[in-house]
Amino acid sequence: MATDQELDETHEDSAAAETSAALDVAPYNVAGSRGPAFGDPLFEYLLRLGDDRLVLGHRLSEWCGHGPILEEDIAVANFALDLIGQANMFLGLAGQVEGQGRDADALAFFRDNTRFRNALLVELPRGDFGFTMVRQFLFDAFSVVQLDALASCGHAELAAVAAKSLKEDKYHLRHSSEWVVRLGDGTEESHRRVQEALNALWRYTGELFERDAIDAGVEAHGIVFDHDAAKARWDAIVHDVLQRATLEVPQVKLMASGGRRGRHTEHLGHLLSVMQSVARAHPGASW
Amino acid sequence: MNATVGSLVSRDDVFAVLETVKDPEVPVISVVELGIVRDAEVRDGHVTVTVTPTYSGCPAMREIEDDIRSALLAAGAREVTVHMVFAPAWTTDWIGAEAREKLRAYGIAPPGRAEQGGLIALTRRRAPVPCPFCGSSDTRLQSEFGSTACKAIHTCNACRQPFDEFKAI
Repeated sequence: MATDQELDETHEDSAAAETSAALDVAPYNVAGSRGPAFGDPLFEYLLRLGDDRLVLGHRLSEWCGHGPILEEDIAVANFALDLIGQANMFLGLAGQVEGQGRDADALAFFRDNTRFRNALLVELPRGDFGFTMVRQFLFDAFSVVQLDALASCGHAELAAVAAKSLKEDKYHLRHSSEWVVRLGDGTEESHRRVQEALNALWRYTGELFERDAIDAGVEAHGIVFDHDAAKARWDAIVHDVLQRATLEVPQVKLMASGGRRGRHTEHLGHLLSVMQSVARAHPGASW
Repeated sequence: MNATVGSLVSRDDVFAVLETVKDPEVPVISVVELGIVRDAEVRDGHVTVTVTPTYSGCPAMREIEDDIRSALLAAGAREVTVHMVFAPAWTTDWIGAEAREKLRAYGIAPPGRAEQGGLIALTRRRAPVPCPFCGSSDTRLQSEFGSTACKAIHTCNACRQPFDEFKAI
């Protein structure tokens, strides 16, 4: 199968090269867009950080022009902007680490879904506004804990990007927490909807704290992330807010997993087909 | 600008030129006053400017880079390199008193002090932001996310005017 894929890629690359030659433009670097291949642990680790934010940022951008009120339309677009900006920094760094000449755009727009390393939580369809805010809250709580730890890690460039992103995500967490409380402790209808959202989303939170060989691999770069401590910190934030929101913590035995290894839900492919369509129709275009 | 070719020799010369480059979203303060210009160096007419972004996704950053480049070229730089750094992360604490007053006069409430540490302050009562128009402290926060990444929206209960706040980060 790997051989087929390689053949496939070779074929595509030469086709792309011919097109580029005909159009007299430099071929855009789209190498390695497919397949489950794993790279260097640091590269993989940075993809995880970047892809979480890129995919969630895109999901949030779907609300643009559809927010329930003007202020929220603006707020959600601001969240999306911050997250995509952060993804740009993480993926830019990933491209440097990879050293194959791929920039953040090449990584965002020319990888297929099995090459994405985001957690499943962030790729689920946006649902209603309550679902979007509960998912945002669960992610924000994870993100601030994660970035707070990485801001003091031994990898200087990663630490800088984490410290910068953390400032923004603290604002996100406060905002999404407020919505979870307002909707949870709101009307019967809003309470029912966010409790349902929470029940549906909870099984996707386990993956955020999974530890694997990639985490072990980046320790050599001074990136040490204590998953258990992070989980305890996340639990404290989440339980506090859920209690204020009069929401019940779901009891889930089996957590979903796979995104970090490129095994995604069907939803990611659909998201990417929209997000990547312009870049793939016009590789290397600028304006 | 009266700068003639070859007049850019020192770091101060570069900063003097950059004082004339305004933030495209807030055209009353310069990129220097905003605190995003971290350093500058001149070597044989080649100017290297080190900048740091405000927000990660700020769409004005590319335009700011272009504005910096064209202002320095117009002032006689032979070549301009804009170098982007992320550390130390930008903070509104770098905006000076004079620039804060310019923001207020423009109708944007200047930022308070940025918070250090701590992850969440859900129940913390935020001190009301004084209205930049009438000065009243009887104002309410409408949303922490406004027309640009760096602003929050408030409404003044006294003069009924909605206004932007340059939020502390």
